[in-house]
Amino acid sequence: MATFLSREVCPTIKNILLLDSEGKRVAVKYYSNDWPTNSAKLAFEKSVFTKTQKTNARTEEIAMLENNIIVYRFVQDLHFFVTGGDDENELILATVLHGFFDAVTLILRNNVEQREALENLDLILLCLDEIVDGGMILETDGSIIAGKAATNSNMDDGASLSEQTISQALATAREHLTRSLLS
Amino acid sequence: MAQPFLKKDDDRDDEEYSPFLGIEKGAVLQDARVFNDPQLDARRCSQVITKLLYLLNQGETFTKIEATEVFFSVTKLFQSKDIGLRRMVYLMIKELSPCADEVIIVTSSLMKDMNSRTDMYRANAIRVLCRITDGTLLTQIERYLKQAIVDKNPVVASAALVSGIHLLQTNPEIVKRWSNEVQEAVQSRAALVQFHALALLHQIRQNDRLAVSKLVTSLTKGTVRSPLAQCLLIRYTSQVIRESGVNTQSGDRPFYDYLEGCLRHKAEMVIFEAARAITELSGVTTRELTPAITVLQLFLSSSKPVLRFAAVRTLNKVAMSHPMAVTNCNIDMESLISDQNRSIATLAITTLLKTGNESSVDRLMKQITNFMSDIADEFKIVVVEAIRSLCLKFPLKYRSLMNFLSNILREEGGFEYKKAIVDSIVILIRDIPDAKESGLLHLCEFIEDCEFTYLSTQILHFLGNEGPKTSDPSKYIRYIYNRVILENATVRASAVSTLAKFGAMIDSLKPRIFILLRRCLFDNDDEVRDRATLYLNTLGGDGSVVETDKDVKEFLFGSLDIPLTNMETSLKNYIQNPSEEPFEINSVPREVKSQPLAEKKAPGKKPTGLGTPLTGPTPVGDTYERLLSSIPEFASFGKLFKSSGPVELTEAETEYAVNVIKHIFDRHVVFQYNCSNTIPEQLLENVFVIVDASEAEEFSEVGSKPLKTLPYDTPGQTFVAFEKPEGFPSVGKFSNVLRFAVKEVDPSTGEAEDDGVEDEYQLEDFEVVAADYMVKVGVSNFRNAWESMGPDFERIDEYGLGPRESLAESVNAVISLLGMQPCEGTEVVPSNSRSHSCLLSGVYIGNVKVLVRLSFGIDASKEVAMKLAVRSEDENVSDAIHVIVAGG
Repeated sequence: MATFLSREVCPTIKNILLLDSEGKRVAVKYYSNDWPTNSAKLAFEKSVFTKTQKTNARTEEIAMLENNIIVYRFVQDLHFFVTGGDDENELILATVLHGFFDAVTLILRNNVEQREALENLDLILLCLDEIVDGGMILETDGSIIAGKAATNSNMDDGASLSEQTISQALATAREHLTRSLLS
Repeated sequence: MAQPFLKKDDDRDDEEYSPFLGIEKGAVLQDARVFNDPQLDARRCSQVITKLLYLLNQGETFTKIEATEVFFSVTKLFQSKDIGLRRMVYLMIKELSPCADEVIIVTSSLMKDMNSRTDMYRANAIRVLCRITDGTLLTQIERYLKQAIVDKNPVVASAALVSGIHLLQTNPEIVKRWSNEVQEAVQSRAALVQFHALALLHQIRQNDRLAVSKLVTSLTKGTVRSPLAQCLLIRYTSQVIRESGVNTQSGDRPFYDYLEGCLRHKAEMVIFEAARAITELSGVTTRELTPAITVLQLFLSSSKPVLRFAAVRTLNKVAMSHPMAVTNCNIDMESLISDQNRSIATLAITTLLKTGNESSVDRLMKQITNFMSDIADEFKIVVVEAIRSLCLKFPLKYRSLMNFLSNILREEGGFEYKKAIVDSIVILIRDIPDAKESGLLHLCEFIEDCEFTYLSTQILHFLGNEGPKTSDPSKYIRYIYNRVILENATVRASAVSTLAKFGAMIDSLKPRIFILLRRCLFDNDDEVRDRATLYLNTLGGDGSVVETDKDVKEFLFGSLDIPLTNMETSLKNYIQNPSEEPFEINSVPREVKSQPLAEKKAPGKKPTGLGTPLTGPTPVGDTYERLLSSIPEFASFGKLFKSSGPVELTEAETEYAVNVIKHIFDRHVVFQYNCSNTIPEQLLENVFVIVDASEAEEFSEVGSKPLKTLPYDTPGQTFVAFEKPEGFPSVGKFSNVLRFAVKEVDPSTGEAEDDGVEDEYQLEDFEVVAADYMVKVGVSNFRNAWESMGPDFERIDEYGLGPRESLAESVNAVISLLGMQPCEGTEVVPSNSRSHSCLLSGVYIGNVKVLVRLSFGIDASKEVAMKLAVRSEDENVSDAIHVIVAGG
């Protein structure tokens, strides 16, 4: 794990979590040393999951837990979380969540659910790698993130996004964007 | 997608389907052998890596051997030209975080990728290499990294810049050489490159105030494209503002215009960052605040929960220091009480409770009542605490607030929540005389149906102290006696005590109380019977109604001013050494041992409404006292008053580590030097410290105790004792030299040579200061303690502290100068505040209780003025406190 950036002046992400409908890990990435052991991480995931479980987070929601701010969003059986410190700009965290969510939506071709996510786990892990590097935000635009992750996958046998699906996906993303701007 | 991970899996249970079902570490590690195949199957390899990553992600760990094996086979995959596989290889290497000698294996492959024509390879190879590299390798690749920073491909540039940010932690001198390239990248057209370059540039220069100021000056005039970079710039700007202060001539703040301009930015992220920065400016004026509050108010009615949350959280903070500035938002805030998101609703309520005026209280309480039923206990506690402070602010409104508290007291709730309510009612009863009768009745009703023994006993105790002073004490008797009939033994026992208190205070009730107490003589619990018997005897329960003795009242109502742990050890000693003499309570030491500061106190400790009067740090055990009294030379010094924390007299990691603990007695001080020898080849003998007390005139050395041997890694102590004027807080400076005889030790046999060499080792000086004569002892209710101390020996004076760094810094300086216990969380200074009051309590040498009220004020030029009011049991001590402050 990278050394955590303990510099308050720079926006810092503590972790990004993708959990299933029972709170189990699909893919998680921790950038801070606040949770040094696996059991500490699991305990954090459990408390985050229980605290947010009852909410209807079809759009981005927000909560505070143990001096951390957590922004989250649920779709079907997938729960997306981004955590930052309690003095972090909430909207920056929300932007990261937005980027992660959009990227995953593109990669799973709008079929955002756990099974699909596990089948494309390689791409989701690449996504996480492209969003944040050691707590520092790398990229927040969902389509760019998805593009970076997808160009690296096997294109030859159509196992993943073909050119056509990319443009389709981008169109959907644009549509999403317009909708969110209008709302 | 052609089921890539599905092995020959005849499990058709679709509900539970997972491509990783039944995955097992051993099997996957076996699968990893395909990495060694001469004909690489890129897709199969990718799948195996994904499985390995899946295992790691689920928390599985690899042993050192497994990790090394996987690492070496993964390095073989650099032969493959497959882009996807290469990406997975990068990820895997980062996850395995190889050790230095393993890194060498992949260095050349990664360096090749760094110079590849594929941008994706270059960016990722940079990030991987920088993650796993060490300083020596870094100098080799530095040239490429510098080029990458100014690369025209933004992904490559960002990769190099972000890696630079990480490397700055470990190899600052190398990264600092990249300044020119980073500076160039700040001008990049790519939004994120600009963001990363700005972050790195600031970190390179952060210790150079002038450079940061220049950076901010030039960038705030130019164009910063990325919203993230703009947020960074706002943070750096507030930093510069914080350090430069207000222009005293015009009253204008430099860069304020820039921050205000950012409030009109198109990105919400930037608007919010700027608004937050303005609210956090130190000593912000209403004029400066207004535009920020206006945009936050707009956010309050946004459709996005994140935006509403961010705005209400910031306004909540502003309300603490500038409640008036937030009142304009009250209407928007009220509509948030019913917000779906409970965090937002709670923040809105507590803000309203802070900003509300007297006339809006009733309406507010009505809205909150509806809201309370559907939020979690943790939020309810926040609301209860806010209501308590509101009630103290508007005492005239106690009726509706008290009603609210009693209503929620009747509803369902956990212990912490109920305790918060009870504590609040108790505080209101104490501070608002009119609220007493109704408050006590609410508490009586509560214990009729209270499932928490702790709360019942605490309320009964409180009732016993306050009930007899009311206009009609007899009406409480029924509630109290009901407890004797219905409750468990613990509650029954405390109900008996409460009855006795009523009996002691009110003669007219005595005959009836005696009847009730006599009934308790048949209780089936020992404690209840014992208490009843005791009270019947002390109150003269033989039928005659006499006025209660003063001693009896003292016994019933006086608080036990002895720390319970001291009492416990004294009693244990008494039992161990049986004697004819009865136990003498005056022999119990009263001082509270100071505790090492390492133990963190709960942040923002609130005054507890109930609970014991003493809330000083819990004694660490009287190890020091035992240690010192076991040394015959010091046994005659009497009772230990205070022991300081250890003061280091050597630098870290020197041959000999020595620290000193100052033990203060009435007429003596003993310095305990804790020494340890960190050289395995040496044995020290006859170790002692020569103390030069020429700068401590009132002290004269009376004895010392050398340390016979000091072997490697086994700490030992040597002592030096001084005499000083009795009960007087003498101060002085002591310089020290460690003397000893060194003997060489053969590390293989551990045997020391016969003849040693005399040697000495210079230690640092230390001082005995006034604060060493003060023991930190807290009081739970400062106001009560202050009132009961009375103004007889009050001393008030004002001091100018001159220009200081900040208000908080001045407050902390005075607290540590006096060495007293801050009470009721008043050591915390809210940022932005221009004045602050701080309450301290302690016990001064000679067992004199001291209370201090400090009022601070700071003006625009950072001049701090302080008013110091001292009350104590001895006027000389009150004067002494002023002398300490005047001398500091």
